[in-house]
Amino acid sequence: MSDFFAMGGYAAYVWPAYAVAVIILGGLTLNAVLRYRAAVRELDTLQARRPGGSR
Amino acid sequence: MHRFANPARFMRVSTIVLPWVAIVTALVMVAGLVLGFRAPPDYQQGDTVKIMFIHVPAAWMSLFCYSSLAISSAIALIWRHPLAEIAAQQSAPLGAGFTAVCLITGSLWGAPMWGTWWVWDARLTSELVLFFLYLGYIALANAFDDPNRGVRAASVLALVGWINVPIIKFSVDWWNTIHQPASVIRMDGPKIASSILIPLLIMAIAFTLLFVVQLVVLMRAALIERKIRALRQLAAESASTEYGLAGTEASA
Repeated sequence: MSDFFAMGGYAAYVWPAYAVAVIILGGLTLNAVLRYRAAVRELDTLQARRPGGSR
Repeated sequence: MHRFANPARFMRVSTIVLPWVAIVTALVMVAGLVLGFRAPPDYQQGDTVKIMFIHVPAAWMSLFCYSSLAISSAIALIWRHPLAEIAAQQSAPLGAGFTAVCLITGSLWGAPMWGTWWVWDARLTSELVLFFLYLGYIALANAFDDPNRGVRAASVLALVGWINVPIIKFSVDWWNTIHQPASVIRMDGPKIASSILIPLLIMAIAFTLLFVVQLVVLMRAALIERKIRALRQLAAESASTEYGLAGTEASA
């Protein structure tokens, strides 16, 4: 197991590379989901205020 | 194809399809990572080839996203299609993200293998230019008070900047560079051992699916936000007519 984390002596390069990918790609995914949820919530409150409005 | 390009139908179809695509994306990603980390170390590069499983798919995605940005921009400019405009605008930050991953992981790979984090050679410089094209598109699209004008100006930038895509692809053949030449997409077939090629291709599929999921979620958000703006405007207009401040039914 420690062999795995040592990455043949290149741990200092391999793991930061994966961390960067997780942070950037994961961050963009999270941002998309949060923006979508916020938009849905806002539309719901707007339409609750205006009876007769439909999505 | 045009049948799916209707915003209402896009919302309906994506509601059903999106969860399944998201699940498949996660499964493919896990499979690619498991196979990638079980791949044997390269005889020259040791375990740094593990970086390739994210670096190379991210580089492909940086070009793929830019091409989809340019194509949607062209459709938006020519046919004024609202969905194409939204697709273009929402794919820009995603493409910038993949380009950043490509540049940073490349630097982390270059440090131990080339002995340098960065060189101003053709491949690296043209990829950096691509990153700035994405940022330029985003800045320009948001630079105008009238969002339509901004997106139209940015679309022109996206189309002009497309010339950079083949430059990046062929930079390793046209110029002397520290970067290795293409080893997967080449005329005589891939030149990589299958133990490394298979996880690489699976990761490429996973990254493409991830882009699709992110883009669809962002486009749904943008469509809802557009509806919110329209509702707000409608409410403001009806409020001002009620109080007799401005506007009549005819002008609305």
